[in-house]
Amino acid sequence: MADLAHASVAELGRLLEAGQVSALELADLFLGRIEAQRDLNAFLDVRPEVTRAQARAADARRAAGERGALLGVPLAHKDIFVTKDWASTAASRMLEGYMSPFDAAVVENLAQAGMVCLGKLNCDEFAMGSSNENSAYGNVLNPWDKDAVPGGSSGGSSAAVAARIAPVATATDTGGSIREPAAFTGITGTKPTYGRPSRWGMIAFASSLDTAGLMTQTAEDCALVFNAMLGYDARDSTSVYRPREDYTRGLNAPLQGLRIGVPKEFFGAGLAPDVEKAVREALKDYEKLGARLVDISLPNAELGIPVYYVVAPAECSSNLSRFDGVRYGHRAKDYTDLIDMMKKSRAEGLGAEPKRRILIGAYVLSHGYYDAYYLKAQKVRRIIADEFQQAFKQCDVIAGPVTTSVAFGFGEKAADPLAMYLADLYTVPGSLAGIPSMSIPCGFGARGRPVGLQLMANYFEEAKMLGVAHQYQLATDWHRRVPGGA
Amino acid sequence: MALSKDDVARIAHLARIEITPEQAAETLAQLNDIFGMIEKMQRVPTDGIEPMSHPLGGSQRLREDAVAVTEADDRERNLRNAPEQNGGLFLVPRVVE
Repeated sequence: MADLAHASVAELGRLLEAGQVSALELADLFLGRIEAQRDLNAFLDVRPEVTRAQARAADARRAAGERGALLGVPLAHKDIFVTKDWASTAASRMLEGYMSPFDAAVVENLAQAGMVCLGKLNCDEFAMGSSNENSAYGNVLNPWDKDAVPGGSSGGSSAAVAARIAPVATATDTGGSIREPAAFTGITGTKPTYGRPSRWGMIAFASSLDTAGLMTQTAEDCALVFNAMLGYDARDSTSVYRPREDYTRGLNAPLQGLRIGVPKEFFGAGLAPDVEKAVREALKDYEKLGARLVDISLPNAELGIPVYYVVAPAECSSNLSRFDGVRYGHRAKDYTDLIDMMKKSRAEGLGAEPKRRILIGAYVLSHGYYDAYYLKAQKVRRIIADEFQQAFKQCDVIAGPVTTSVAFGFGEKAADPLAMYLADLYTVPGSLAGIPSMSIPCGFGARGRPVGLQLMANYFEEAKMLGVAHQYQLATDWHRRVPGGA
Repeated sequence: MALSKDDVARIAHLARIEITPEQAAETLAQLNDIFGMIEKMQRVPTDGIEPMSHPLGGSQRLREDAVAVTEADDRERNLRNAPEQNGGLFLVPRVVE
């Protein structure tokens, strides 16, 4: 059964279609693997009876004549998406045991396509973090090296797909929370254009940045699942009104003549030599495949971190004000009045990182500081986004490293918030601009830990970007490598 | 520009988060580190640059001003996560004497 567990979504879809395996068999296979790899702590809530019921329903749909590339394929959801049938906690004590009255739009869309949910995945609390060490429910281990973090905030998603205990997982990216963990665990992690996926039912962190995406084995799988997952949703006021499209349409586009922009700012002094070596090798492979490398510059990309740590906390302080212990979530036991109840409930229910960001946000939005911080950050954000537009005049896609180093160890950065923030140096600029971007595995660095190659494309060019990734994956086998024990 | 202990107490109050003096001292040091990093963006001239509040710009989409049903009207489901409730209402400490 190991082969089946290592199969891609595309392969599983074909096996289901051919009647060689049932959705129920697949559900049981992956539920068993989840149980066998409990030590990873990738899952926060697993309810086998609900999963099996969904699998039986998918099998019944097929028996009734329905067809679909995803019908009966299992997946798991990051615990940022609310679900009716599993608890939705955002990995926070604040929401322990919370049962949503509804399913998130992304959850709904994938269920409609017949995907079978395996459960909810661990992450950094409210998706704030780069190592998953901010979860209130414990660390997630990196399947490649259990002394290393799986990245964050989508650390449960990355570990689950890397360990092949889920063939695909949803994830969310605000400043790098899909790409960084994908790079750290040697899988394919993709963030579409901001506004393509609905934010309805995605527990909000920073509303102008939060973007749902996927952790998959391959770019092809991502394209297949995007087809069902992305689309306009009137319930999300920033959802982009565009017709649905086929994200697989660019997979077979040849690389001949493709111009790959290489930003010199992404290869500065902070980049570890092992990561640089693997990324440069990947770029050479692209040249061999017919692409042309073009030197480009994103002069203010390094200001992405300062800008992000104004904009994201500002939006977070507003979004997380809903957690007041009144309608849902944790309520303190002893208090004197309403304000005291809220203050104590928030002090007890929220972890250190969400609190830190709420305080930063409250400060930059407060009277007398708004112009100097929030408005200034929004202006520099515009400059960074405009520089991408200048760059895309010279190239079709942009490529570079995802992270400055391979996965770091537990505790290495946990005590120093600033050091942790800098882990997102290369991912934050794309998030601020809102362009699609992804990480694909391109080798291994120090201690055998995986390295990711980042690809970025202009707005709404996911299909092109996924094609560029797919062509590399046809020529290399990094994405087929699995950690020992998987 | 460095924050003071009073600033931390003030914003913690604004954000409705109880904070002990020891936590405030630790938070103060961290916030000053973070704001030291944030200051770097001040070096870029931004005169005449339009602030970017949203990646795709544009205005908020408007819909018809009518009641829209986005989810089922299910009072029981919506109340089941309440820390305290009674008779279909959320209970809070007395706010009007």
